[in-house]
Amino acid sequence: MIITQQKDINEIYEMIKDYKKILIAGCDGCCQPPRSINEATVLGQLLELKFKTKGKNLTWRSITVLRQCDDKIAASTIRPFLDDHETILSLACGLGVVMLNKVADKILTYPAQNSQFGGAQNNGENSFIQYCETCGNCMLGMTGGVCPIAGCAKHLSNGPCGGTVNGLCEVGGYKNPCAWIEIYKRLKRFNRLDMFTLYRPARDYRPATSPAYIVINKPYTNEEKITEENK
Amino acid sequence: MAKRPAYSKLCKALEAGHFVFTGELEPKKIMTMSEIIHSAKEMKKTSRIIAANVTDGPQGDAYMSSLIPSYVVQRDAEIEAVWQVAVRDRNRVALFGDVLAGAFMGLKNILVLTGDHTALGDNKKARPAYDIDSTQFCELLSKIIDNGTDYEGHEITGGKVEMNYGCVANPNAVGEYMEPEILKVGRKVEQGIDFIQTQTAFDIEVAKNFIKELSRYKVPILLGVFPMKSYGIAWYFDNYIPGVSVPKELLKALKSAEKENKGDKKAKYAALDKVNVEFFKPFIKEIKENSKASGIHCMAVEYERLFSPLLGEYPDYAKKFY
Repeated sequence: MIITQQKDINEIYEMIKDYKKILIAGCDGCCQPPRSINEATVLGQLLELKFKTKGKNLTWRSITVLRQCDDKIAASTIRPFLDDHETILSLACGLGVVMLNKVADKILTYPAQNSQFGGAQNNGENSFIQYCETCGNCMLGMTGGVCPIAGCAKHLSNGPCGGTVNGLCEVGGYKNPCAWIEIYKRLKRFNRLDMFTLYRPARDYRPATSPAYIVINKPYTNEEKITEENK
Repeated sequence: MAKRPAYSKLCKALEAGHFVFTGELEPKKIMTMSEIIHSAKEMKKTSRIIAANVTDGPQGDAYMSSLIPSYVVQRDAEIEAVWQVAVRDRNRVALFGDVLAGAFMGLKNILVLTGDHTALGDNKKARPAYDIDSTQFCELLSKIIDNGTDYEGHEITGGKVEMNYGCVANPNAVGEYMEPEILKVGRKVEQGIDFIQTQTAFDIEVAKNFIKELSRYKVPILLGVFPMKSYGIAWYFDNYIPGVSVPKELLKALKSAEKENKGDKKAKYAALDKVNVEFFKPFIKEIKENSKASGIHCMAVEYERLFSPLLGEYPDYAKKFY
């Protein structure tokens, strides 16, 4: 899931203070905590109050989109509301904000959230934890399913570093587990310390270089084989 | 891989079987190097300290880069530098560039470090580099020195880089945390390190046990010790350096040495020195006699007056290399 945090109400106000009619769009996709119709409505009420304290009126409407990052779903859901609103405030992650700016390109869409990371709820606790950094070079198969990229503050491929004390990380004041100690424990349990001691050379950062493009629908022909046969 | 020649005086002394000492210099937010040079000269004078580590933004603080101070120390104090390089602040391109620059200026030792995270430093909002980790930096150094290329294999022309490099290890990783620490050093041994300098240790049994485990790699180990110039430094070290805890009795002794001699600077210094000598002299002796350590890395930054009482009894071997 994409973990988001709502921006400060003053920051949102500063972005949209010159508009009078706004559409507030929640997203039913993978945003966590939920950023759906209820959250969109609550944000609308808050903004209306904020505008009032500044002596202004705000007309708003809240809706939700099944998935803002899907261009067809986003376009068909948003289209009926475009004529009545000057701008859109999106509660989705950055993908949703970019997509609404694309499919409703005659007006500007603003973000109400900061997209934090790809993660999940932390062991049922009231917190979210980052599990994946979409780095483009998955090494979970070598690390017992614990990610040293998302899980280690220094993104080490050959940890742990000297900043771990009793299995806890120096970053964040020794509250969070050291990913490399977790990896060690996991691999030891499965008698696979050979994977721990293995040296991993420097990473190739090209797959994680922005902007990233991946060509889909590549034809399923084996071009090399065909050329070989033609010879 | 064939063993790399000892290019540095430090590695030559280790190869000759001497029990070596290294010191530590800390360039901070400075525009003068007079204190560092003074400290380095004092180290040279001892004839026991063969080389001086020059730190690279310890605790993640924004300090003067270690490259130029390392060169200046070698030039002006005529003592070899152990140039500390953290992978926190530079990517592989910058690291390669700095290593060539350092080698060109005559630096002979590199100590490879991951580096304390910027979140611990005095510019907490910074984005750290960590492009390659410390083990991968060891591989890069091996390529530079042994193959004469950068990480991707592009050739260095016009001369050879003649350097030795070492890594750090933390003896305070005890119990179930020792094995991953030892195995991690193993990866760096595989990448060709010439020596190991450890984080500071205060517990003699813990230190000896750690050295025993580490000695399996047959790489010279310099155990870190940290004589403390003041109670304040001891307190800071106890509270802010990852994994290091100063023994309570030592903290107490330093505190009372300062308290009992308030107002009398000379007496206070004498009392503090006495506490340090009483703790570290037998400590170093025990390490030398009853462990496989090849030397001591003495992190007493700007604490020159302790050198003579602490190291005086050891042979002045360093002379032979200068």
